[in-house]
Amino acid sequence: MKNQTDTPDYEKLIEDITGQNSSMCYQCGKCSAGCPVREFMPSPPNRVVRYFQLGMYKKALTSPSIWLCAGCMTCSSRCPKNFKLSAFMDALREIAYKEGIQSGDKKSVAFHQTFLNQIKKFGRAFEFGFIRDYKLKSGQFFQDLDVAPSMFMKGKIGLLPHKVKNKEKIQKIFNDIK
Amino acid sequence: MNYGYYPGCSLSGTAKEFDSSVREVLSKFNIKFDEINNWSCCGATSAHATSHLLSIALPAHNLFLAHQQGFEQVFAPCAACFNRLVTSKHEIDTNKNVRSKVENLLEEKYSSAPEILNIVQLFHNIGLKEITAQKQVDLSGLKTACYYGCLLVRPDDVAGKEDVEAPMMMEDVVSAAGAKTVKWNFKTECCGASHSIAHMDIVEKLSKKIIDDAGKNGADLIIVACPMCHSNLDMRQLNIKKDYPGHKTIPVLYLTQLIGLALGIDEKKLGLNLHFIDPMPLLNSKLKQEAAV
Amino acid sequence: MKIGVFICHCGENIGKTVDCHRVAEVSALMPGVAYAEDYKYMCSDPGQNLIKQAIKDKGLDAVVVGSCSPHMHEKTFRKACSSAGVNPFMVEIANLREHCSWIHEDVPSATRKAIDLIRIAVEKVKYNEPLIPIRVPVTKRALVIGGGISGIQAALDVAGAGYQVILVEKEPSIGGHMSQLSETFPTLDCSQCILTPRMVEAYQHPNIKLMTYSEVENVEGFIGNFKVTIRKKARKVNEDLCTGCGDCIQKCPIKKVASSEFDEGLIKRPAIYVPFPQAVPNIPVIDTAACTYFKSGKCQMCVKTCGRGAIDFKQEDRLVEEEVGAIIVATGYKLYSIDKKPEDNIYKGYGEYGYGQYKDVVNGLQFERIASASGPTSGDILRPSDKKPPKKIVFIQCVGSRDESKGFSYCSKICCMYTAKHAMLYKHKVHDGEAYVFYMDIRAGGKMYEEFVRRAIEEDGVKYIRGRVSKIYEEDGKLIVKGEDTIAGEAVVIDADMVVLATAMIPQENASKLAQLLGVPYDKHGFLQEVHPKLRPVETSTGGIFLAGACHSPRDIPESVAMASAAAAKALVLFGSDVLEREPVVAKVNETTCAGCFYCRKACAYNAIERKVLKDRNGKFIKEVAYVNSSLCQGCGTCNATCPSKSVELVGFKDDQIYAEILALAEV
Repeated sequence: MKNQTDTPDYEKLIEDITGQNSSMCYQCGKCSAGCPVREFMPSPPNRVVRYFQLGMYKKALTSPSIWLCAGCMTCSSRCPKNFKLSAFMDALREIAYKEGIQSGDKKSVAFHQTFLNQIKKFGRAFEFGFIRDYKLKSGQFFQDLDVAPSMFMKGKIGLLPHKVKNKEKIQKIFNDIK
Repeated sequence: MNYGYYPGCSLSGTAKEFDSSVREVLSKFNIKFDEINNWSCCGATSAHATSHLLSIALPAHNLFLAHQQGFEQVFAPCAACFNRLVTSKHEIDTNKNVRSKVENLLEEKYSSAPEILNIVQLFHNIGLKEITAQKQVDLSGLKTACYYGCLLVRPDDVAGKEDVEAPMMMEDVVSAAGAKTVKWNFKTECCGASHSIAHMDIVEKLSKKIIDDAGKNGADLIIVACPMCHSNLDMRQLNIKKDYPGHKTIPVLYLTQLIGLALGIDEKKLGLNLHFIDPMPLLNSKLKQEAAV
Repeated sequence: MKIGVFICHCGENIGKTVDCHRVAEVSALMPGVAYAEDYKYMCSDPGQNLIKQAIKDKGLDAVVVGSCSPHMHEKTFRKACSSAGVNPFMVEIANLREHCSWIHEDVPSATRKAIDLIRIAVEKVKYNEPLIPIRVPVTKRALVIGGGISGIQAALDVAGAGYQVILVEKEPSIGGHMSQLSETFPTLDCSQCILTPRMVEAYQHPNIKLMTYSEVENVEGFIGNFKVTIRKKARKVNEDLCTGCGDCIQKCPIKKVASSEFDEGLIKRPAIYVPFPQAVPNIPVIDTAACTYFKSGKCQMCVKTCGRGAIDFKQEDRLVEEEVGAIIVATGYKLYSIDKKPEDNIYKGYGEYGYGQYKDVVNGLQFERIASASGPTSGDILRPSDKKPPKKIVFIQCVGSRDESKGFSYCSKICCMYTAKHAMLYKHKVHDGEAYVFYMDIRAGGKMYEEFVRRAIEEDGVKYIRGRVSKIYEEDGKLIVKGEDTIAGEAVVIDADMVVLATAMIPQENASKLAQLLGVPYDKHGFLQEVHPKLRPVETSTGGIFLAGACHSPRDIPESVAMASAAAAKALVLFGSDVLEREPVVAKVNETTCAGCFYCRKACAYNAIERKVLKDRNGKFIKEVAYVNSSLCQGCGTCNATCPSKSVELVGFKDDQIYAEILALAEV
């Protein structure tokens, strides 16, 4: 069903990343039945795999479902075909993230971008900076304003980042992978 | 040889009571450990959700550091860090392709990595009898629900020999410490994980299901071994209280805090005052009662 | 020697790639060849007549046929030559199809190769010897292992043809799983009603020797001549004295001491028991592990009660030797258990369904017992936990089947049908109840099967949901079933009162051990292996041993009965002659050069090599040599390869024959 000649070979790409072929899945739905965030997903996990099997790659990669996946691995642990669905979801996210493919879930993408920027800069997650940057990126200014003061009082959020001594190594990892 | 200690980002920040209780308890057992020098973030969820290679390389960097620093065993109290470290180790051990890519990125050859333990496994290593022997406070009035979450037990070929559907390792430790455990259904159900920031409503709904099931099955306390789970079940319980009127709150403790209580360590040192759902009323009533008897 | 060469075109199969006419031309010039010809279809009647005519006209004494694989038509050509007076083993086949035309494209090179193949065969046949088939006597008695519906059917068929049958069953009664069922699909016949007449017939048949509570301990011999040792386990009850009155069972003081095997663990039974009221034979057995007398020496209530003095505590197991000519294996199946068995790391168990801990989660056979009029609830559908009727019942198919991660990759075939049946039985008995079936596919391929399933859906209102269930847990006395309907793309969560799991059909416990005893191959699951999946489904690679029923693979009752009759027919074919003819291409030992090292004996996979003592005329010992039992030898040639002194050769593939082929090839 690949009717566009310039569509990348996503099936091969996924197989390179995960070592698996989506044709393994026989659409039994056990993954969707046990997925904790299924009720929030517009397309249940098995349907995302189905889109992929049918060559409807855009539908799979633009589905908010892939970002709502919490990475809990319940699906993979129960799949009768030993299909590592969580790894498959990771791979879909990786492709979408790299190619800048937009889905309905902008907040999750913003979260990951912000988090990884922090790691790249400081080597460790600097929670205050992270939350500040995330709020700016996602526009969620008012969330957690109630807990923020107690977090400070309890000393759970530092104002300054811890810094790792060999940050360059971390930065190199990020740069080389790009 | 001392254990290597990998605290991870959250134990240095939002979950610092986990870190302090770990240190307090391990000192009571005379367990020697050293923080891995220059450890860096394992990548947590964001790495594996956006780049497979990054998600292996970031933990691998720490595995290489630990090996260089001579550690044979490393424990990571944060379940997510633990999971990323064992996953990375497993992939490097079994996948030649991934291994060579990581070696190129880190510009080092891989020879071996230390054994990675989560906090539950660490206590099993220390020995359940050891825990019972050092008990000073009677915890038998506490009815606990042991919450494993996702990353301590899954995937089963990597996270250890624990049963994915009906794990009991944490109950063994809690029982050794003298507290009671209840049989309940949501031991390994996801709390919503890193959606805590971007999709708080999801976390609220999922965490509430967990807390409710624990309560329904007779628990008055939930024990966790993961800072993300703790944050979702404890800090977010405030949001749950607001959005779900009638919600019955249940305090949430780290496993190390519970063991610390059994060992008679002071509650401030264990960081019990840093929780959002205050456990003190429960602890005062249940622990004092036993003392009175 | 006058050799005739016949090249077959095999239509286009050979003819398109090999120039058969040219091959015949060249063959005619080979030394020793008196005649050569090619023809379109050599295996056809006219083709065979060609060969026969040539034999007569040219006085041929050996024949080479260039054709398809010997697997196809070696027998055909051997018979044709034999009828024209040439010994069938003076016939060699050169495979010009599978070894030549089907694997090459270039005509000139394929033709050259075909010529070489003919040349090799011609050189070999010069060293062939006429051989006479081996004749083996046949004991016209059969052994049937397993007394379920398959075993009973096979035994009745063989006995009905007039031959003696020994029917061995390891349980105290025959009947197997079919006796546990309530009703059978698609007719909804009462299972025991249709089965018990057969059971009684088998019991009373003059040609059937029924040995229940017995197991096969050892098997020796070969086709037509098996020696079997059967262990008759001690019931501790004298079968000749017991009348089956049942008083001992009534009076046993420990009524609920052990889990009832027949009722699949739903209820308990006494220490002395009969598995079910219609048991055949209706003679009780004492469970010595549970009986007070055997544990502490006290009681003896049954002894006191028995009016015939039939209880015999001192009874021991007996070993019985029998000679039979054919063996039919009908050991059947058991159901996969979802319990966690740490020692069995093949079976992981289903933790997400509770590892068998939830009382109201039962398997298919347990539901059959619940639905049975003779079962623990007298046929009322009641929850095992509180004996209340379930208002919402969920059936889950494919538990352990089609599941590579926790179970088996295969489909158990019967579950779709029996689940529909269960759901219908439930709806017939609990009119206001709701029944749900979680399925992946519906496999209803038999006669009236599809209509049966549609009836469950359309007439009895059973709700079919296409998807698997991820988890079952208990809450407030209900079982929360979390599933998915993939067709609608919706989660389906049901608060059920009872759940029935259609668990996978797997071979019996000791099926593979028995297979090893018999020398019958089995697959990785323990299912016994047939010789050819399409054309020889009831025969095994061990001559004289046949398969019937679910021991081979999952199947339903009509298929098991058909297979049992087929196996019986095979046994009857064997009994049809007084002697058995076997191909004489077997190993033969040169007793002069054999040094008696017996490497060959160790290497033989068929236990066909024996030790033979050679004595002189005065009875003085000369030496011990190897001796090939030509009835058992399969002609594999392994002994030939192991013999350090080349003292054992394969007749028909002797060294001089092989060297002739090699040298012929080297001459090219």
